[in-house]
Amino acid sequence: MDISMYLEETWATIYMTLISSAISYLIGIPLGVILVVTDKDGIAPCKPVHTVLGVFINIFRSIPFLILLVMVLPITKFLVGTTLGPKAIIPPLIFASAPYIGRMVESSLKEVSAGVIEAAKSMGATNGQIIWKVLLPEARPSLLVGAAICITTILSYSAMAGFVGGGGLGAIALNYGYYRYQTDIMMIAVVLLVVLVQIIQEFWMTLARKTDKRAR
Amino acid sequence: MAKGDSIIRLEHMGKTFQTDSGPVVALDDINLDIKEGSIHGIIGLSGAGKSTLVRCINYLEVPTSGQVFFEGKALGEMSDAEIRLMRRKMGMIFQQFNLLDQRNLLDNVTFPLEIAKVDKKKARARAHELLQLVGLSDREKNYPAQLSGGQKQRVAIARALATNPKVLLCDEATSALDPKTTTQILELLKKINQEMDVTVIVITHQMSVIEAICDEVAIIDHSHIAEIGPVSEIFQRPKTEIGRRLILGDNADEEIRFEEGKNKKLRIVFDGHTAHEPVISNLVLSCKVPINIIFANTKAVENKVVGQMIIELPDVPEDEEKILHYLRVQNIKFSEVE
Repeated sequence: MDISMYLEETWATIYMTLISSAISYLIGIPLGVILVVTDKDGIAPCKPVHTVLGVFINIFRSIPFLILLVMVLPITKFLVGTTLGPKAIIPPLIFASAPYIGRMVESSLKEVSAGVIEAAKSMGATNGQIIWKVLLPEARPSLLVGAAICITTILSYSAMAGFVGGGGLGAIALNYGYYRYQTDIMMIAVVLLVVLVQIIQEFWMTLARKTDKRAR
Repeated sequence: MAKGDSIIRLEHMGKTFQTDSGPVVALDDINLDIKEGSIHGIIGLSGAGKSTLVRCINYLEVPTSGQVFFEGKALGEMSDAEIRLMRRKMGMIFQQFNLLDQRNLLDNVTFPLEIAKVDKKKARARAHELLQLVGLSDREKNYPAQLSGGQKQRVAIARALATNPKVLLCDEATSALDPKTTTQILELLKKINQEMDVTVIVITHQMSVIEAICDEVAIIDHSHIAEIGPVSEIFQRPKTEIGRRLILGDNADEEIRFEEGKNKKLRIVFDGHTAHEPVISNLVLSCKVPINIIFANTKAVENKVVGQMIIELPDVPEDEEKILHYLRVQNIKFSEVE
């Protein structure tokens, strides 16, 4: 047990978190946009799509992460070729966090005032232009705050990678602290996790604040 | 199309909303003809349907009956793409300004041009020009949060004019502003109407706004047009109860209580022309008859005094005749109060 182990596992945690977050956002943003756009007071109301998508998202969100992790093992195997190691935790992380991010994006986009959307319509904007030029840019500060919450949540989920031999700081805490009663090592891993969460949280919150033009 | 021709025409237009608690009629059988180059007011109490009416003009709300014509073409027969092109010819401003908070003023004004896929350089040049017109050229890099309400509305006006529209729809554009700022915005609208030949449609619940800039006015009450006509006419002789209420304000009911004496009472209307002379003093001095002022409600709009006064005449037939003669000779507008 030495410094290099902590470094390696910290990196593994960052790797899992960043890759999963990036892919989850690529899926979650369109989900959130579709939810808002097809809502009954959205720019293209479509009840069937809205309802089906909502139920689908809720199903994924109601499965505890550890169970989901086991349930999607075959898909994981198919996607990344293995059910072990940091790579194997990425698919279940995406399955868990993309729907969560979809809801976060939905609530951020709903903060954009209906009046601003109406103004864009009155200028002859298409729905695509309203999404790209009004909804997403105007919701930016709120989306960034949401990212701080989502990414730290994904980080804490990634700590459960230990259960599938996934490595990362969570695995250290589990393997040394839980299985071998080496509380000191567990504590160091936990402290490192706390530090990572702090850094991620601060980074995104600062970004949100600095880029919000509503502040004087 | 020449000035004075109809640019927007509503024919038997109606709008019914389907709500959970059944259908709600917002507008019913609206007929309206808006002349090119005019400033047309639409006034009503809140809930009368005027905001729905203005949204039917640019099809933000689709009427459920009747037709809307813009430059002779029926909006109901246009495709979605044609509707979007039509909207570029109709700017719109709002009570809450509805600027894009995350864009600076310049980028707010270029926004409609961006949507119309106008070349970026041209768009910026046009935006510079418009911000200059509204007196904010030194604030181009500022964001909406750094502006006052009146300044925000100026930016919104500049933005609405970016695509060179023929019509400017103003939905309660001054309702969130203080009286002084309201006057400035109204003067700007008038300037735009006169200098850029833009037809302006003003939706408001404030009669003072109508008095200040409108040529014609339609009074909307309970989903219908109650009265319509030139502002001076409606203002002098409101035919309906809602007209009286809007013109006289909340004093309309109070006034009825004065009207119990048997003496003849006259309503003198100040429409901005007679205000520079001391009408009442001159009347008293030249007729040498005392009169009683029982009601007065006047205000200054654009340096003109508008409003009305109700005077009670003495119970002497000759004196009464003298006063009536004087008013007629002086060409002062008045009417008898029942």
